[in-house]
Amino acid sequence: MVKKILGKFYIYFILLLMYLPILVLIFFSFQEIVTIRFDAISTPSFKLYVDLFDFSLRQTNEIWIAVLHTIEIALAAAGVSTIIGTLGAIGIFYSRKRVRNVLNSISNISIVNAEIVTALSLRILYSFLDVKLSFFTLLIGHVVLTIPFVVLNVMPKLQQMDANEYEAALDLGATPTKALYKVVLPEIFPGIISGFLLSVTLSLDDYIITAYTSDTTFDTLSTYVYKSMVKKSVPLQFRSLTTIIFVSILIGVVIYSIVHKRKDKKERFKLENSR
Amino acid sequence: MAQKSIEIINVSKSYGNNVVIENLNLYVNKGEFVTILGPSGCGKSTTLRMVAGFEIPTSGTILLNGKDITKLPPHKRPINTVFQRYALFPHLDVYDNVAFGLKLKKVPNEKRSGKLRNLTPEEIDEKVMKALKIVDLEDFENRDIATLSGGQQQRVAIARAIVMEPEILLLDEPLGALDLKMRKDMQIELKEMHKKLGITFIYVTHDQEEALTMSDTIVVMNDGVIQQIGRPNQIYDEPANAFVADFIGESNIYTGTVMGSKRVRFLNTTFTCVDEFPVNEKVDVVVRPEDIDILPKDNGLLNAKIESRIFKGIHYQYILKKGKAEIEVQSTDKFNVGEEVGISIDPDLIHIMKKEVTTNVFEGYIDKNNQVCFGDGTFMCDVTQLYEGSHLDENGYLITSDGRQIDLTDVDVVVNVGFNDITLTDNEEDGMVYGEVISSIYKGDHYQVIIRTFDNEEDYILDTEYTYNINDRVGVIINSDKIKMKLKVSNNAK
Repeated sequence: MVKKILGKFYIYFILLLMYLPILVLIFFSFQEIVTIRFDAISTPSFKLYVDLFDFSLRQTNEIWIAVLHTIEIALAAAGVSTIIGTLGAIGIFYSRKRVRNVLNSISNISIVNAEIVTALSLRILYSFLDVKLSFFTLLIGHVVLTIPFVVLNVMPKLQQMDANEYEAALDLGATPTKALYKVVLPEIFPGIISGFLLSVTLSLDDYIITAYTSDTTFDTLSTYVYKSMVKKSVPLQFRSLTTIIFVSILIGVVIYSIVHKRKDKKERFKLENSR
Repeated sequence: MAQKSIEIINVSKSYGNNVVIENLNLYVNKGEFVTILGPSGCGKSTTLRMVAGFEIPTSGTILLNGKDITKLPPHKRPINTVFQRYALFPHLDVYDNVAFGLKLKKVPNEKRSGKLRNLTPEEIDEKVMKALKIVDLEDFENRDIATLSGGQQQRVAIARAIVMEPEILLLDEPLGALDLKMRKDMQIELKEMHKKLGITFIYVTHDQEEALTMSDTIVVMNDGVIQQIGRPNQIYDEPANAFVADFIGESNIYTGTVMGSKRVRFLNTTFTCVDEFPVNEKVDVVVRPEDIDILPKDNGLLNAKIESRIFKGIHYQYILKKGKAEIEVQSTDKFNVGEEVGISIDPDLIHIMKKEVTTNVFEGYIDKNNQVCFGDGTFMCDVTQLYEGSHLDENGYLITSDGRQIDLTDVDVVVNVGFNDITLTDNEEDGMVYGEVISSIYKGDHYQVIIRTFDNEEDYILDTEYTYNINDRVGVIINSDKIKMKLKVSNNAK
């Protein structure tokens, strides 16, 4: 009994540790006070939320430009790296065994490699080639960052596939290209999607590579926050913005798990009916 | 004359140094049910994959209706395959799996001659339903593949292939993953399907019973080489060699000696048989367990003692012993273990085959230490046997009977080693050369084992009373006095 209570207590304690900062953030997003101190707490207000959408404020404009940039670069980088990474994974998978192992390891090295190394080497390469930093140098940086994660997500799906499936498609009259589109890609689609989503997430909150490869006038959320921190004036609207981001992600996760559960149930129902 | 559907001419296939198929020649008539039968790794699946177009032969030609299709890609061949593990498309339902090929298929356009068109949805629908009906899966068209049992998935795989109306249907061990009862049912169904559809079936299996049940013709393969081609009863009653006899059905295999016209001696007894072989030739004798009669003691051609009896439902299976030799007999009569009984065998049920080899023959050379190198190994030997009356001097030179001094280094020789002169050791390091067991055939009182070395795939054939399993790694020992050498003729001048 005591064990059970202790066990439960432990779990809630860990959960509290994990979510306390976010709870504090949400709490203070409804406070107007500039310095966060408990003795300064006043009545809750929606001022920060109103400010976040008041485009007459300079900071609000800057924040939304940074949000837009962040989304732009995340979608672009994830899109490019999903295409390259998927094709790469297929290429690696159908290579000869020795080549496959080598390519796989090379792809994995960049995952464990420190990001600062990737960032710095890209910066040095750009200087060496005399490339002006721009949206495209940033895009390349993010693509380099995320490709190995796409490969990592797609590869298991390829391995799960029955090796004869591609051959079966050829056997039934599909050209190699058609077999790829009609059989291999649909099969590995869940892996492609999760690779894409992971790339988006990685790109969204990346700071190091962004700082090293983008034009200084081009701010994403992370570089903007960092710059304001240096100036010791993080806009208060960030409290309401990050709360909104957290809540929208929470809603997304809940919806996903409900849909998923329903799908599982449906499949189980089908299976039971078939017996 | 039956029309040839597919013809495989002088086809070889190797991956690097590994030869999988060696000079294969085979043809299949239109509408025939042919089974390629052999142990795993014998090259049967590779042969099928070359017919399907997944593998290109290293050399040789494959003809379909007389036209060369050796390098034609699989999607252009009117041949369809049922894969071992079905290879269904899990993201499609049953209907779409079966319709997959039809949606890609082009047929001649009736309205515009010379042009091709796709099948209409109605045509596809009709064909899919017909195929599902043939495999007994009506009303399953909307089901997900994951919700089907193994047997049902197998049927979808067959429907998916036959809906294409191929000229040849290839089946790669399609029943391997099913349980025994289901397998037996599917065997009969496949046979009936073959009759109904009238297309050529090429079936690959390692299950001899499956082959005997279903096929018009059986092709027995081993080690990339065809051992025998024939009707099921031919293969069973008149196996071409000891391998086929051992692989197909139960059999007693003995080494016999030809005593005279239609007389052969084995089990210490001379039997009358129906085959003619040169007198004194060593031969392989095959007798099926069901072809041996057990009689009261002294009433047969020889007496033997019953060692064991197992009840098998419709008959008893006996192991009899005559000296050291075992005799396997199937009989419906009941005898007791330990009983001394007589045995007789009908002359035309004794099947005699030419022995393929009677000794190991290798080409080798003498190295600078007067040892002989052959078959991937180096062996101690007596080099004086190369020249009659010769001896070695203290420096290792050979002195012939007429006093000539000869340096034997690099002299080419032909080495002969008898089957009984090779011993095996389980500790690989103790052997002069080591390899793995690739075949072990029981010959009444001993096993004939073939060891293949790893480096150059040299084969050692030997007789032993011990049991070895395929793929066992063993060392080979040959005593120096058992190595018989002759100078290689072309090198005599040296």
